[in-house]
Amino acid sequence: MSNHKIALVGNPNSGKTTLFNAFTGSNQHVGNWPGVTVEKKEGILKYKNKEYDIIDLPGIYSLGAFSEDEIVAMDYVLSNDADVIINIIDSCNIERNLYLTTQLLEMSKNVVLVLNMCDEAQKREIKIDTAALSARLGIPVVTAVAYKGEGIEDIVEAVIKVIDDKKSYDNPVVYNENVLHHIEHIEEILEGCTLPYPTRWTAIKIVEGDNHVLEMIDECGLNEETIKQIKDFHKFHNKDSFELEVVDSRYSFANNVARDVVIRPEKEVKTITDKIDKFLINKYLGIPIFAAIMFIVFQTTFIVGEEIFGGLAADLVEGFGGILEGFLVLVNSPDWLVSLVADGLIGGVGAVIEFVPLITVLYLMLGFLEDSGYMSRAAYVWDNLMRKFGLHGKAFISMIIGFGCNVPGIMSTRTMENKKDRMISMLINPFMSCGAKIPIYVVFIAAFFPNHGALVLFTLYGFGILVGLIMAKVFNNTLFKGESSYFIMELPPYRMPTIKNVLRNMWTNVYDFIARAGTIIFTVVTLMWVLAVLPTSADPYSKESFLGMIGSFLVPLFKPAGFGTWQESVALFAGIPAKEAVVGTLGMLYAGEYMEEGKILVDVIRQHFTHLTALSYMLMVLLYTPCAAVLGTIGRETKSIKWVIFTALYTFLIAWIVAVAVFQIGSLLGFS
Amino acid sequence: MMTISLIKLHEGDEAKVESIAAGKDATKRLYEMGLNTKARISVLKNDFGPVLASVNGNKIAIGRGLAEKVMVQKTEKEEENRDE
Repeated sequence: MSNHKIALVGNPNSGKTTLFNAFTGSNQHVGNWPGVTVEKKEGILKYKNKEYDIIDLPGIYSLGAFSEDEIVAMDYVLSNDADVIINIIDSCNIERNLYLTTQLLEMSKNVVLVLNMCDEAQKREIKIDTAALSARLGIPVVTAVAYKGEGIEDIVEAVIKVIDDKKSYDNPVVYNENVLHHIEHIEEILEGCTLPYPTRWTAIKIVEGDNHVLEMIDECGLNEETIKQIKDFHKFHNKDSFELEVVDSRYSFANNVARDVVIRPEKEVKTITDKIDKFLINKYLGIPIFAAIMFIVFQTTFIVGEEIFGGLAADLVEGFGGILEGFLVLVNSPDWLVSLVADGLIGGVGAVIEFVPLITVLYLMLGFLEDSGYMSRAAYVWDNLMRKFGLHGKAFISMIIGFGCNVPGIMSTRTMENKKDRMISMLINPFMSCGAKIPIYVVFIAAFFPNHGALVLFTLYGFGILVGLIMAKVFNNTLFKGESSYFIMELPPYRMPTIKNVLRNMWTNVYDFIARAGTIIFTVVTLMWVLAVLPTSADPYSKESFLGMIGSFLVPLFKPAGFGTWQESVALFAGIPAKEAVVGTLGMLYAGEYMEEGKILVDVIRQHFTHLTALSYMLMVLLYTPCAAVLGTIGRETKSIKWVIFTALYTFLIAWIVAVAVFQIGSLLGFS
Repeated sequence: MMTISLIKLHEGDEAKVESIAAGKDATKRLYEMGLNTKARISVLKNDFGPVLASVNGNKIAIGRGLAEKVMVQKTEKEEENRDE
């Protein structure tokens, strides 16, 4: 027998993924903002020698979905695949959260209600009578503080009891008379029909005018007379007003229940959140504070990641490389193997691995921001400015996520209701500089701007945002005309980020970085090495090697931007599969030059570049064609190869124009 | 009692939602987030950017364009302590 399936359903930011991690021991990404989870995820809970499949879903406010992530959750709930639904509720927000609960109950689902974040409710002096709530809804109610692991076992016990009892629940929602009349009317029409869902629920959804159900009616083989009657009902009644009446019925039910079981304090308890928000989303301070926060992130990343621990990592990599090379020579390994290991592995992959401390600090800081509740505030303060470019605040979240990596950045656009907004946000995300590009910047910063590391990084990131916004405006006026969607967003309370969450998010990213160095970067660098030492007739790493030929072919393209050697050109080419490979390839190609002289990559870079060309090279890296993983994500999300090609080409074009303009104008002005 | 747009309220004002004259999706979303007919809200911030309203103590940011279409009835009792 297959395992019982338990799905986690609830409003955005109610703690589903936190609970999922607690159940399954997984390390899924959590954060304190609505919309962290955009995909369905599965895991296994082992409890008392039994296994259960746990399904984590994106947050939804209702079973009528607008955006891609909500559709994923809604489709799953409607599929009837789950044996039990754990409906997670934010205890401070019962009225609104119960709305979804009423919809689950309408479907006669087996629901276990979890009142999460009880500690916060307590702080705000909100008292909830759980026994009364359970009686009113006719379902088990359990309290929990998921992030502390409190109440986890109670939830599992309640779920198992529901599975064992096998009893079904009635829909306790009371509809207003007008609506009820029509629901019953439709129910009569549907009587005797075979439907994939309960008749009553289907009737409610038809009265509500739910598109999903109306489509289903067409497809489930009802006789024509029934379909006609339903369609007539629709034509006759203005379905919009019914829709809101049904919503209102559910809401007044939820409100009535809440009124009976929740006691709120006379006057809202002022929380620390209110005080912090006075500053962070202030009219004048909002954006400067955002800028300051980002600057602090880069400054700390630099000081801690590069200056304090960076040297250590470099020494370790070189030390290990030296030992390995020595060993290979000692056992009389063939020259090609020594070269592959010394130049390819240590010079290439090692050059990437050296940045682990830096990346670690960066992701620690970004994770801290995500877990604190600041993300929605950033969206809030940017909303006004974003509108000038035809987007809205929510789009800004996908941009900040893109700072970590463009893949989740693009995925996070799933939460956007409007297709146009979403498309534009996806297309501009590659301009948000990701973690993988940092090693490239840092090498150039160390060579040319050693005293202004954070400032250069900050400027690059800022410039990326600027280019992204300008392109958003351009797309708005050309490819995607039309109104930007409405902006509604919850600002969750600030929470002290838990060490566990921050470390977990950091570790997943750092692990990914290391794993990439060992897999894709290793593969790319090895491939580049092979191309650099073949054909055997040519000198290794010379212009006459295959790689040299490719590079020389590309040189004329990049010459106007100031980087004229084949090595520099081919490194950009190597960056298309993965950005770290730019440094990896430069490291490998220049390894011969620096290793023998006891120098480091930075010294060689200093010989081959000038301040100006270093700048144009960094801008090129910032803006040009995103890595293969990002292109793949764009393909998956847009379901079209056309947008992949478009993104690859237009980003390259923009990058080329900017890099050439900077070099040419800079040269004219006499910079070098 | 006069019905006015949410965007006309000031920080500290309290009001009851009367009707929402936005597009279907936006209206439904607002309803689902607690801004339905008769819901009590208080305005936490309305100076630039989205209007920040509190519904049962939860903060919801509503873009200015949309906030304009939310019609509310101001609850009077807050008049006296408006100037704080």
